[in-house]
Amino acid sequence: MERTHGVVRLSDLPSGVLRDIALLWVADLTVGVSFGAIAVASGLPLWVPVVMSVLVYAGAAQFSAVAVLTAGGGPVAAAATGLLLNTRTAAFGLAVGDSLGRSWAARLVGAHLITDETTAFALAQPDATRRRAAFWITGAGEFVAWNVGVLAGALAGSALGDTARFGLDAAFPAVLVALVLPVLRDAAPSTRGAAALGAVIAVAAAPLLPAGVPVLLALLGLAVTVRRRAGGGA
Amino acid sequence: MNAQLACVLALAAGTYAFRLVGPALHGRVTVPARVQDLLTTGATVLLVALLATGTLTEGHGFAGWARPAGVLVGGVLAWRRAPFAVIVLGAAGATALLRLAGLP
Repeated sequence: MERTHGVVRLSDLPSGVLRDIALLWVADLTVGVSFGAIAVASGLPLWVPVVMSVLVYAGAAQFSAVAVLTAGGGPVAAAATGLLLNTRTAAFGLAVGDSLGRSWAARLVGAHLITDETTAFALAQPDATRRRAAFWITGAGEFVAWNVGVLAGALAGSALGDTARFGLDAAFPAVLVALVLPVLRDAAPSTRGAAALGAVIAVAAAPLLPAGVPVLLALLGLAVTVRRRAGGGA
Repeated sequence: MNAQLACVLALAAGTYAFRLVGPALHGRVTVPARVQDLLTTGATVLLVALLATGTLTEGHGFAGWARPAGVLVGGVLAWRRAPFAVIVLGAAGATALLRLAGLP
């Protein structure tokens, strides 16, 4: 029988799925440590990465917002970049919206736990009970792992002195490589074309425009994808 | 209000609003595949642009050679599917070593 309310139990999921979820938590913890350390080492006060991780709770958007802030891009460009990245959570929410539970409390709390990973784990389950269990178990552990990691990283980052000496300025772009390379590997050629064009636009604009703006300008690269589709191509 | 706090709060409020759309509608609406594709592609374009500017530029100028070389090491590790921590530490370590050797 399918349960769409009541307590979620670990026994609702097969052990193989639970093991995959635990591995995800460990990965989140290490990414969280990097985020906290890089944010503080780049010159932000300790509370910024810590509060941001609890309230925003979206890895790629947080890394991007911090990159724009520390490059001197200002709060508006930083928030805009993060928000554009997070528009996709609306699409995820529509996909898992009925897996959170029926009560409003479950929906209001569960909404904050919607990430790429909780969506993927929930949608991979074959029935409603397991989808709900996978969503909540993945989400609760991921939230704890991410925030504990960020706090630990931020504390460690404030202990580092001269960050350029440790090459920490290369760590942030390396994080983005780790996030985006698996996506690019499987992406359609039009997506790769749009990303390459966007990168060229952003780098070309960087010497001329205020920090933060060149990255937003990269979205012009999307025109490649849109035009090709409108023209009936692949 | 402190500008950093304003940024965090605006990003938090907007993100939560995006997330709440689906649960509030409770699965009664689906996103057209085309729109979903566009959102995913848009996110990839933004991340790659951040990656490119973060690798090559510092302020309005060139970041020097040590940083892009380190990121390249990170990229090779990522391509070989190394764990996340190895990718990040490999990039930072390579850049640190190159600076130690005198490369800017």
